[in-house]
Amino acid sequence: MVERRPWLTLLAHVTLAIGVLMVAFPIWVTFVASTHRPEDIMTAPIPLWPGTQLLANYSELLFSGLKNPSAGGVPLWRMMANSLVMALIIAIGKIVLSFMAAFAIVYFRFPFRMAAFWLIFMTLMLPVEVRIVPTFKVVADLGMLNSYAGLTVPLLASATATFLFRQFFLTVPDELAEAARMDGAGPLRFMKDILLPLSTTNIAALFVIMFTFGWNQYLWPLLMTTDRQYMTVVMGIQRMINVADTDPQWPMVMAAVILAMLPPVAIVVVLQKWFVKGLVETEK
Amino acid sequence: MLSKGLSAVAVIGALGIGTLPAQAQTEIQWWHAMGGELGQKVDALAKGFNESQKDFKVVAIYKGNYTETMTGAIAAFRAKQHPHIVQVFEVGTATMMAAKGAVYPVYKLMKDHGLPFDPKDYLPSVTGYYTDSAGNMLSMPFNSSTPVMYYNKTQFKKAGLDPESPPKTWPELEAAAKKLQASGVKCGFTTGWQSWVQIENFSAWHNVPIGTKSNGFDGLDTVFQFNSPLHVKHIAQLGEWQKSKIFDYGGRRSDSAPKFYTQECAMYMNSSAAYAGVKANAKDFEFGVGMLPYWPDVAGAPQNSIIGGATLWVLDGHAKDTYKGVGAFFNYLAKPDVQAKWHQDTGYLPITLASYELTKKQGFYDQNPGTDTSIKQMTNKEPTANSKGLRFGNFVQIRDVINEELEGVWAGKKSAKDALDAAVGRGNEMLRKFEEANK
Amino acid sequence: MEKRVVFRSAWLPYALLAPQLVITAVFFVWPASQALYQSVLLEDAFGLKSQFVWADNFTALFRNSDYVSSFGRTAVFSILVAGLAMGIALLLAVMADHVIRGATTYKTFLIWPYAVAPAVAGALWVFMFNPRIGIVAYAMHSFGYDWNHQIKGEDAFALITVAAVWKQISYNFVFFLAGLQAIPKSLLEAAAIDGAGPGKRFRSIVLPLISPTSFFLLVVNIVYAFFDTFGIVHATTSGGPAKATEILVYKVFNDGFIGLDLGSSAAQSVILMTIVILLTVVQFKYIERKVAY
Repeated sequence: MVERRPWLTLLAHVTLAIGVLMVAFPIWVTFVASTHRPEDIMTAPIPLWPGTQLLANYSELLFSGLKNPSAGGVPLWRMMANSLVMALIIAIGKIVLSFMAAFAIVYFRFPFRMAAFWLIFMTLMLPVEVRIVPTFKVVADLGMLNSYAGLTVPLLASATATFLFRQFFLTVPDELAEAARMDGAGPLRFMKDILLPLSTTNIAALFVIMFTFGWNQYLWPLLMTTDRQYMTVVMGIQRMINVADTDPQWPMVMAAVILAMLPPVAIVVVLQKWFVKGLVETEK
Repeated sequence: MLSKGLSAVAVIGALGIGTLPAQAQTEIQWWHAMGGELGQKVDALAKGFNESQKDFKVVAIYKGNYTETMTGAIAAFRAKQHPHIVQVFEVGTATMMAAKGAVYPVYKLMKDHGLPFDPKDYLPSVTGYYTDSAGNMLSMPFNSSTPVMYYNKTQFKKAGLDPESPPKTWPELEAAAKKLQASGVKCGFTTGWQSWVQIENFSAWHNVPIGTKSNGFDGLDTVFQFNSPLHVKHIAQLGEWQKSKIFDYGGRRSDSAPKFYTQECAMYMNSSAAYAGVKANAKDFEFGVGMLPYWPDVAGAPQNSIIGGATLWVLDGHAKDTYKGVGAFFNYLAKPDVQAKWHQDTGYLPITLASYELTKKQGFYDQNPGTDTSIKQMTNKEPTANSKGLRFGNFVQIRDVINEELEGVWAGKKSAKDALDAAVGRGNEMLRKFEEANK
Repeated sequence: MEKRVVFRSAWLPYALLAPQLVITAVFFVWPASQALYQSVLLEDAFGLKSQFVWADNFTALFRNSDYVSSFGRTAVFSILVAGLAMGIALLLAVMADHVIRGATTYKTFLIWPYAVAPAVAGALWVFMFNPRIGIVAYAMHSFGYDWNHQIKGEDAFALITVAAVWKQISYNFVFFLAGLQAIPKSLLEAAAIDGAGPGKRFRSIVLPLISPTSFFLLVVNIVYAFFDTFGIVHATTSGGPAKATEILVYKVFNDGFIGLDLGSSAAQSVILMTIVILLTVVQFKYIERKVAY
């Protein structure tokens, strides 16, 4: 720390505590709801303290619930595995492709450079729901329905990641590139040995966001697959909620939501240390 | 560079194609929108059929909610990857019907393949919704329900009302609600799906048209008529009641259910298929099922109510012999024992007379009082042009328009007349657009 | 913004860009152009009958006073969402950057909401704000406010704003924190030795150094508010009551994906995209000048 100012630290803790309370409150409600009987959470007010069904609900979900009935006969671990594969491919793929693209845009001059940037950027502006019919046709024509490729490749382009890397590269002091060039290092060496290490915090941030984006995909896998072996956990949850004329089994749904949240949260925890200022490689 | 990238994509694509299982049987894809426990029952139906014969295998695939399933099937149709059978909700009927060349009408499919099929076996008020003006059945009814009135018997008793005779007319309901409120109940009644219950079914129940051309059955050039004096009177009355909480609005879909579950409202109008949900959540009170109320001064009321829910549409473009399997599967679904089980397990209406008789014989209605209210209400009278159903294009958005305008009335911002006139006007514009797109 | 120092190669930049561009072209540009072409067509859902109608889909929209009035609503919504989501996230990120003890716990909890699938988040909001059983509605009732987003337009608007902001706080927090963590400690220490207090250090060092991140987030948040919020509206209010929460992108989604009126939905997409592209160009032209790289 730069200096000690106890009141400032206290203020920080208070602010963060309030922030956490507000932001994480819905998560708490979800958890509480997952530990009750369905009837209990249909009465006012919804309980704010965990109920008695914690073990019962979670064990049913893990060991019998999702294995056959309401989520469509696919075991939970299988759905989790599908989600994981999808999320990893999407997160890693997006980061790699965007890193390369942003590097090209920032560190080279070539015709249509800005056109390429804007083309990538535009992909932000038309949600998949709006262009679903033609996109489905492209994927179908390429024979990519019902495959991990169809689930992930169309989502690999990332405007946000490219944009973020561009923003970051622009802040990297020119002297570094200059020095690399003096030393006779080519652009790829520079990218790998200097730019990549400098980008760790940004990559960590992006990985968290992109992994979660991939993990939470719903409409895309729903439309691209007809084979149950590609079912993801979010699809499973949706299927539990979508009961036509009656009430969903909310506690079960909420329990599934909590379980489905664990991998993205684990990613956050694991990547924490990338977020923490490295004491070793300080002074960039 | 570009070509290198393209071929990389193609390679990844090729890798993704899994090995297809050896097909001894002809596979029939059935896309449906039944999540939760209903989804299991759908799987059981497919399994039952697959075990009953050897030539065909029906694969039931869950494709999200009604809109996701329908849009998914349409996207697939445009890419020539569509299923044989798709489940479509009732408001999508006009869109499906207009899609000549995409849809294979059920009556024609049965005839083409020489399969036994007699439309007279089916409950006319159910199939009526899905027949053309010549009486041909276009799609296979699957999960249909009709709105009924659930009421809290315990609160009725406490208020000094007869728990065995729910109010039959709107004036009776008003009187009952006042007594209930005097006994401490906050609100008289609430409703789910306001357009479906308070406009569409209200019209059929009073034998007045929702639109011209037999509610759209006889042509795309139909015009809305649900701003008649009777409609205005009804909606104005509900708006009035909203102020004194004899009526309390609780959301567009079934969001109002907790009002009934928590005993805030003593009566609740919603789908007959909500029976299981009501039963599970009515933990501190007894409930009963009554018919929808009517205005006694309207000649001919009550007529019969109309359905909601979904049907199975057959999409054309597959090998001819697969459709024989589709027909066989439909006949399996219509079998009295299969259909009776579906009806009893789910609360949806039985689609054939035989399955209704079978359920009666099995004593199901005696053991579960109130479950036959829907059928009695549906078959109350021979359906007329006003009570056969409705067929309006773009009806998904039109329902939104009706929702918006009605919400203006409930909030006291609009008069019933202004709101209904506006809804009719805006609705008609959407009808013209649909007519233009499908002429 | 340009780099002074660049590398030279005739083929390398293209090779680096190729994968991203190919995927963009095949899975975005081509389908999107198809989708946008719809805006001048009148077609049935299955694409069996199609006619060219020039600008009819557009003129029909602008004749509709309800559509025109939803522009203002969308603007207010977007400004509120982007402003609140960024402001709150920046405050929390600065605080999280400051503390040492418990930092991991705070960060985990603050990022957690982002892990809730959007489809589920909607159900959660309905749950918490349900006028009858919702805990938040219950709390407000006990403070004497009669919360009812099913009838009161202002309440519904507040609901979708809160839900949209909530979803985006975690996102902004992650990037603000990454930006803050990348600031060299030595700079801050030097300033502290020169006698600059925390407020001054924040204004003169931290703020300029995270301005590239802030600019990135500004653009992303505006795009988010304009394009990505239809799911929340769909799950909570469906645009109601009486249109109080009908924002432009919800109507695009509702008319196209749910109502299958592809022509009008495409026309609305074109209008929406035009607005956001203009906004983005303005941001790049004028705001980015103030960004310190």
